Amino acid sequence: MKSSLAIVGFFISGILGGLFSFVPEFLQDSNLSNYVLYGLMFFVGVNIGSDKNGWNVIKKVKFRILLVPLTVIIGTFIGVSFTSLFIKEINLRDSLAVGSGFGYYSLSSIFITKLAGNVLGVVALLSNIMREIATLLMTPLFLKYFGKLAPIAAGGATSMDTTLPVISKFSGIEYAIIAVVSGTVLTIIVPFLVTLILTI
Amino acid sequence: MVTVIVIMISGILIGYLFRNQKWISGPVGKIITWSIFLLLFLLGISVGTNDIIISNLDKIGLNALLLTVGAISGSVILSYFTFKLFFGKNEK
Repeated sequence: MKSSLAIVGFFISGILGGLFSFVPEFLQDSNLSNYVLYGLMFFVGVNIGSDKNGWNVIKKVKFRILLVPLTVIIGTFIGVSFTSLFIKEINLRDSLAVGSGFGYYSLSSIFITKLAGNVLGVVALLSNIMREIATLLMTPLFLKYFGKLAPIAAGGATSMDTTLPVISKFSGIEYAIIAVVSGTVLTIIVPFLVTLILTI
Repeated sequence: MVTVIVIMISGILIGYLFRNQKWISGPVGKIITWSIFLLLFLLGISVGTNDIIISNLDKIGLNALLLTVGAISGSVILSYFTFKLFFGKNEK
């Protein structure tokens, strides 16, 4: 769901449709996207609530494993705060919101578009796609210099699905369960954290 | 945006009530996937019709890259310490 090329395909065909203006008026009505968003959020909720596996995994894991998603959140915030010093156009709060996607680009960019506008939504989409691609490409380097948790930390919310194969190959199969737990916790947190940051 | 959180929490409660109905996860997953497709298509349209975004795509891309570098570096460096302090001891 997070990765598939289809997501990027729909986004790009939307851009082309907009650029060459062969899109019907009613699709440009912002109320439409509001209603779809409300429906989406409801079903994301149903998905979380009915996911027995997810709850069981989180209930069973030891506290030590929960340090990993915590590390990702704090590390991302520190890093993003630092680089946002070099970005004139985006303030600290908006930078933290983009970072809070943790690679989950589809949902985070949709939320950020609603709460902070199109420009930041596009930044969030690109930045979180880059996070996933960089994890896929640079996992061997992260592992070599920063240890076995580093690929999981880089992957963020994607470490439970799209980047899991790469992570378990390089960090070892015993780290796959940590990757799934960390990715699951972050995936659940993304919509709440993004909303919290942009509304306070 | 409080609305969204309220909607989501009611979704979680309803999902929790239906947690033993295995059949719902299939259709729910499909609905989520297609709403995401539709919303990103709509975001694409609003980007395509927005000259300010289109003419600044290079700058937007660069900013996104800077934030990614920050996010990954911060996570990876901090994970080194988490690993050393809480995980490394149990190795070998």
